[in-house]
Amino acid sequence: MTAPLVVFFGLAALAVIGAVSLILQKHPIHSALSLIVVMVALAGLYLLMGAEFVAAVQIIVYGGAIMVLFVFVIMLLNAGVEEHTSLSKMAGPPGLLLVLALAGFIAATVARSGASVQAATQTGALSSTKGISEMVFKDFVYPFELTSFLVLVAILGATVLAHREKS
Amino acid sequence: MRALLTTNAELVITIVKIALLLFIVLTVNAYLTWFERKVVAHIQSRWGPHRVGPHGLLQPLADGLKFLFKEDPTPAGVDKFVYFLAPLLALALALTSIAIIPFGPDPIRLFGHDIYLGIAPLNLNIGILALFAITALGVYGVALAGWSSNSKYPLLGGLRSSAQMISYELALTMSVVGVLLMAGSFNLRDIINAQARHPERGILGWNIWPQILGFFCFFTAAVAETNRVPFDLPEAESELVAGFHTEYASFKFAMFFIAEYTSMITVSCLCTIMFFGGWLSPFPASWTVTHYLPSVILIPFGLWVIMDGVRYETIFGRLVLPAMGTAITALGLVLIVFPQVNAFIQAPFWLLSKILTFLFVYVWMRGTLPRFRYDQLMAFGWKLLLPLSIVNVILTSFVILAKMQWGAQ
Repeated sequence: MTAPLVVFFGLAALAVIGAVSLILQKHPIHSALSLIVVMVALAGLYLLMGAEFVAAVQIIVYGGAIMVLFVFVIMLLNAGVEEHTSLSKMAGPPGLLLVLALAGFIAATVARSGASVQAATQTGALSSTKGISEMVFKDFVYPFELTSFLVLVAILGATVLAHREKS
Repeated sequence: MRALLTTNAELVITIVKIALLLFIVLTVNAYLTWFERKVVAHIQSRWGPHRVGPHGLLQPLADGLKFLFKEDPTPAGVDKFVYFLAPLLALALALTSIAIIPFGPDPIRLFGHDIYLGIAPLNLNIGILALFAITALGVYGVALAGWSSNSKYPLLGGLRSSAQMISYELALTMSVVGVLLMAGSFNLRDIINAQARHPERGILGWNIWPQILGFFCFFTAAVAETNRVPFDLPEAESELVAGFHTEYASFKFAMFFIAEYTSMITVSCLCTIMFFGGWLSPFPASWTVTHYLPSVILIPFGLWVIMDGVRYETIFGRLVLPAMGTAITALGLVLIVFPQVNAFIQAPFWLLSKILTFLFVYVWMRGTLPRFRYDQLMAFGWKLLLPLSIVNVILTSFVILAKMQWGAQ
């Protein structure tokens, strides 16, 4: 086994363990911490694929900004240990079906595009910052700007909801 | 063993470099506390530490031993895992950020390998982004420490610090965009080299002149990020006892302490690299006479230490201080005698003196400025720093565009 492969499996295992622990943890803060582990492990995987910029942004935006807000809100509300209700009997069979469907879909995708994933690891398709910025600001400038606009509308909506006048 | 060493030479070199840098940074940290106490004391017309060792020079050692041997109680009702994780996280992230900083342009040739000063590889093209990524995670150390202590004051301190760091990180990141636009790269080495485009301009070629607005925003936001005066609300002792680390004792407290001082060093390095030309000399490149400046500073300083040492009160001081002075003077003489060593030492000399200046400014501010009120802090960050840094980005882009359009190179 080569060194990159060892690192890959290490990070992948870390991401999966983090994701499972995110669901199983009883306290919201522990869940949030698990999610941070997942984010950092994903950033490591991006780095392994040669996508330096994406890896750094992954940590800054998801690991830093968004998760800090999560932790902040949990701390501010002083959320305690989650209460568990007895599981709904109805949830079992459809849930199992969904899990099987999702697993099948992922397996099919991996089986179909195994070769191209390999290629992406070798060339590092989105590695350079220049390449990414040209894609975002030249090729896909209108979709990008439209998305920004959508986010702006969402921010305005949140502000209006939070600042509703007391009648 | 020998074969293993030659095949994994890069790995071995990196590990040795990490150990060496760790040792240096921790020692500098320890003496930074001494430096801070001395300078603040003199600002307030006091003597500062002067009992342990000559001029209190052994005080950091005594403090370190004290931290190690103090009782380390774990308060009841804490979240054990997070309580132990928080100081570890704070210290590890603060120390990791130093690894990104390059300390000199030229390699040392040892055992047939070019060894560059600094741990990160030369072509770390996301240099500054990697640093921001590490500092972005640094919030967790403080926030989790506050939360896991299961106590009111630490929780308030942790909440304050999270809010403060989220607010100022935005301004911090926006304020360096101007520098990045001028350099056209995230790589810290490229950013320094971009300031050396006109070697004859010396100090006038540094980023500080066109980016003075960016520097103001960056330095202010960086001080806030490191939780130092006047932005040290997370540990405001008059309101919050000791803020987020109230419930931490012994070495766990020391870990937060070291983390804070290490991030001070990182910020000083960054200010130097981004705005003050990094390891570049402030004099035009043709003034080779200035290469003797390190000796000119070292020799008189060494002689002064000898003079001061001979008539020191204690016998120990009379032995140690002249020895130190002789070593410093000898170093200055070596630099004069060996021009090659002197040429190599130039870049690290300038880098270190600039970093030291910034550390002094940090301490100076602590001795001078009062603490902000919480609402003032938020208003300052969101209503002044953020708009200013955005204006800086727009202005810089327009100037660069105009230069490209009308070719005023």
